[in-house]
Amino acid sequence: SALAMSSAATTPPSVDKVDGFSRKSVRKAKQKRSQSSSQFRSQGKPIELTPLPLLKDVSAQEQPELFLKKLQQCCAVFDFMDTLSDLKMKEYKRSTLNELVDYVTVSRGYLTEQAYPEVVKMVSYNIFRTLPPSESNEFDPEEDEPTLEASWPHLQLVYEFFIRFLESQEFQPSIAKKYIDQKFVLQLLELFDSEDPRERDYLKTVLHRIYGKFLGLRAFIRKQINNIFLRFVYETEHFNGVAELLEILGSIINGFALPLKAEHKQFLVKVLIPLHTVRSLSLFHAQLAYCIVQFLEKDPALTEPVIRGLLKFWPKTCSQKEVMFLGELEEILDVIEPTQFVKIQEPLFKQISRCVSSPHFQVAERALYYWNNEYIMSLIEENSNVILPIMFTSLYRISKEHWNPAIVALVYNVLKAFMEMNSTLFDELTSTYKSDRQREKKKEKEREELWKRLEDLELKRSLQSDGIIPT
Amino acid sequence: ASGAQGPALVEGVGLGMAGADSDDSLYPIAVLIDELRNEDVQLRLNSIKKLSTIALALGVERTRTELLPFLTDTIYDEDEVLLALAEQLGNFTMLVGGPEYVHCLLPPLESLATVEETVVRDKAVESLRKISHEHSPVDLEVHFEPLVKRLASGDWFTSRTSACGLFSVCYPRVSSTVKAEIRQHFRTLCSDDTPMVRRAAASKLGEFAKVLELEYVKSDIISLFTALASDEQDSVRLLAVEAGVSIATLLPQEDLETLVMPTLRQAAEDKSWRVRYMVADKFSDLQKAVGPEITKNDLVPAFQNLLKDCEAEVRAAAANKVKEFCENLPEDSRETIIMTHILPCVKELVSDTNQHVKSALASVIMGLSTILGKDNTVEHLLPLFLAQLKDECPEVRLNIISNLDCVNEVIGIRQLSQSLLPAIVELAEDAKWRVRLAIIEYMPLLAGQLGVEFFDEKLNSLCMAWLVDHVYAIREAATCNLMKLVEKFGAEWAQNTIVPKVLGMANDPNYLHRMTTLFCINALSEVCGQEITTKHMLPVVFKMSNDQVANVRFNVAKSLQKIGPVLDSNCLQTEVKPVLEKLASDQDMDVKYFAQEAISVLSLA
Repeated sequence: SALAMSSAATTPPSVDKVDGFSRKSVRKAKQKRSQSSSQFRSQGKPIELTPLPLLKDVSAQEQPELFLKKLQQCCAVFDFMDTLSDLKMKEYKRSTLNELVDYVTVSRGYLTEQAYPEVVKMVSYNIFRTLPPSESNEFDPEEDEPTLEASWPHLQLVYEFFIRFLESQEFQPSIAKKYIDQKFVLQLLELFDSEDPRERDYLKTVLHRIYGKFLGLRAFIRKQINNIFLRFVYETEHFNGVAELLEILGSIINGFALPLKAEHKQFLVKVLIPLHTVRSLSLFHAQLAYCIVQFLEKDPALTEPVIRGLLKFWPKTCSQKEVMFLGELEEILDVIEPTQFVKIQEPLFKQISRCVSSPHFQVAERALYYWNNEYIMSLIEENSNVILPIMFTSLYRISKEHWNPAIVALVYNVLKAFMEMNSTLFDELTSTYKSDRQREKKKEKEREELWKRLEDLELKRSLQSDGIIPT
Repeated sequence: ASGAQGPALVEGVGLGMAGADSDDSLYPIAVLIDELRNEDVQLRLNSIKKLSTIALALGVERTRTELLPFLTDTIYDEDEVLLALAEQLGNFTMLVGGPEYVHCLLPPLESLATVEETVVRDKAVESLRKISHEHSPVDLEVHFEPLVKRLASGDWFTSRTSACGLFSVCYPRVSSTVKAEIRQHFRTLCSDDTPMVRRAAASKLGEFAKVLELEYVKSDIISLFTALASDEQDSVRLLAVEAGVSIATLLPQEDLETLVMPTLRQAAEDKSWRVRYMVADKFSDLQKAVGPEITKNDLVPAFQNLLKDCEAEVRAAAANKVKEFCENLPEDSRETIIMTHILPCVKELVSDTNQHVKSALASVIMGLSTILGKDNTVEHLLPLFLAQLKDECPEVRLNIISNLDCVNEVIGIRQLSQSLLPAIVELAEDAKWRVRLAIIEYMPLLAGQLGVEFFDEKLNSLCMAWLVDHVYAIREAATCNLMKLVEKFGAEWAQNTIVPKVLGMANDPNYLHRMTTLFCINALSEVCGQEITTKHMLPVVFKMSNDQVANVRFNVAKSLQKIGPVLDSNCLQTEVKPVLEKLASDQDMDVKYFAQEAISVLSLA
């Protein structure tokens, strides 16, 4: 277990966790870790709840009153890190919560106006808490087990209850909005940083329901998600619930009215595109790419800024990310309009040409797979006079030089396809290949000479200013 | 490569012409700009990094009228290029003609201060802060301050964030009307609805308070501080803590209680552990800022709470400050406070459930002995040291051992030595090589404090055992350790105790151990001196030149090169030279190479 501090920590590397010889998975082979809210300061006092009769055992008139009492009882929060304390009361609260879940699912006429604040209070008392420090500095989903929430036996039922409440036929947003307000939503969004995937899954449903039912909160929710993402990208690179929030956004984007508002376009360009730069992209890339494609299907005119954005943030050193980018780009090309394609084909294929010549064969292979896509092939064919000259040099060179025979074979196919598409241009490029290379080399040499002269000049100036040689 | 993108000017201007031009100052800008536009990012980056060279070639006037407008207009590039540009422009004053023209640098830096990427923006702000000092007061009001205002009211959060870092550099040098405007802008940003901007403002609040007149600190800054310290986001609240410390240093003692203490007290008990962590982390600064009275009444109980916090992070941060806090307590009540309030918490932490807390404590706890003196140390601290020396976590034990010098000064190390030994032996044999490495590094220190007798009796065998460790890094460190021990105990000691053992390893069946002999000789020859080296070590080295393993042989060559300077010239000529010559005709090319190198370095050719 390592101390983790989001911003300011400067914990010295601890001696016992840096042994490079044991694999991480071996080192982490401990019992399942769990954690709990950081609000328990050894309270010590046992919690006493007086058992109440079951709701089904009292008359219909008495039920609303008893319902309120049970909600109040469930505000008591137990310490689950201490597995021995309050056992009986924990069990009592669990069964009460279960009863409440059933009650809001099947009952009619239970939801009095007085019940709203009590429901929101009970939910708030249980779910809103300061999340504890993360156990692992760099959470690796492929190797690390997530830390699970210790109070889940209660927490799950509270979430379950809340969702049933929001989905209940009697639920009236006009009354609830007094209690489910901006502050409530803000706290809810903070919980998306929970390390427990089960909790994030429930939160996703809750937020989705709230977004659906409270029109007045929609803009606020979107703005706060913006802020979370921007902080994630530019400040901390740490937030566990990015994938879940993107999933919700995917369906929100789907419902945007046309023409898109400037706010939404700004979100795409200034928030979603920069999300691609984050190191942990693989954790949410599928959801992110889905959002991007949703936008493009809404408004094809956004294609150019999106592709230019991806090209700007194209990974320089991380091949896995490069493969992800290529995958996303193919999803975009699948829905691109030919008129949009023409606008970005030059910078786009300059990048693809670099990918094709990547020494990492997975990158090269992923890029070459584009030529198996019929729609992309048809776009390339229509514009072969532009694309072929961009691609030719790389393809020609790899066909002779790449270390991986599978790549060479793929490149031969691509060259063959180009030859069939536009044989005149192909022949021309083949015949000028050598002289073009020579011209490039000459230019390169001239550049070196230019810089050399400039440096001599600088040296001379500094000697002059030091009075070493006279001006 | 970039003709297609270049401006119309480029046409007809080949790179060759630039050089043909005899007048250095007339390099066509188009050619240079072409370089800045190269399609290859790396080449663009290289060009930007040499922007000063380009400016020099153009001369100050053309830099102002042609290069800077170009840079301002084309700021859409890779962040890496922008970062280099932002940095360059901070050093550009002389290249645009000196302070008189420094404001020409503002437009490109303003654009850079609004980009998305934090590192670029921060660098632009850094450069802006730098060149702000080169502005005359008039230019500051005419050019710089309007820029700050534009940034402060920008649409997107990035420019407002950047503005936060610029207020404090212009405030001291502008008129009172402008000052009032600046204060207003800062106030607005402190309540910005984007948390990123509030965080930026909170992090600059302390710095801004320092340049304000005291009356405004009291009227403006305090209310901003209070608001930020109760922000809905803990990431904002925690930044206000540091500002609080700076503000406290600015206020007269009598105002502290009413103006800052309520807020700081609240921060120490914040529901977010991040905020409490920050308080713990800044505790020593806070203590200095508020002075002895408030420390006694407020900080002592607050510190106790932090040491007992429910989050290990907070406890560890507080534990780190134990020594400093105690050291800075007012002298008249220091001992009483420590004994009655702090020590009981410290005792608890010794058996904390979290190893990072224990280890943080172990790194400072020894320092308490100098503060408490001999009797208290023996009675109260010694049991804690001994408990920590037996801790299950090696880091805790290491931290205790690495700070032995503090205790040594107060009670002498003998009190500890009986417990020390098992702890050292256990660490010396720890399964993790980094732990072993760490304890080796403390050996010379321990040897110095425990004395030669204790060392020979108890620790010498450990030091020798490390020489045959299966990890190279340990063998290497053990070699270096021997050298330091000889520096402490002298050549005679070396000759009697370690040299025979080291040389004995030359006959080991494992070639790695035989090489260790050579590495030890390399390290020891200088400290042992000419006599021991010539008499005892050299014959062994010579013998090893016939080793059947090539690696041993070429290390013989390297060793001879290394110890050559210790030997006299006669020995070099008559004994070393023939051996090296023989090795220089070895079958193995590496042996040959190193033998030849040794011959030439020792000038034996």
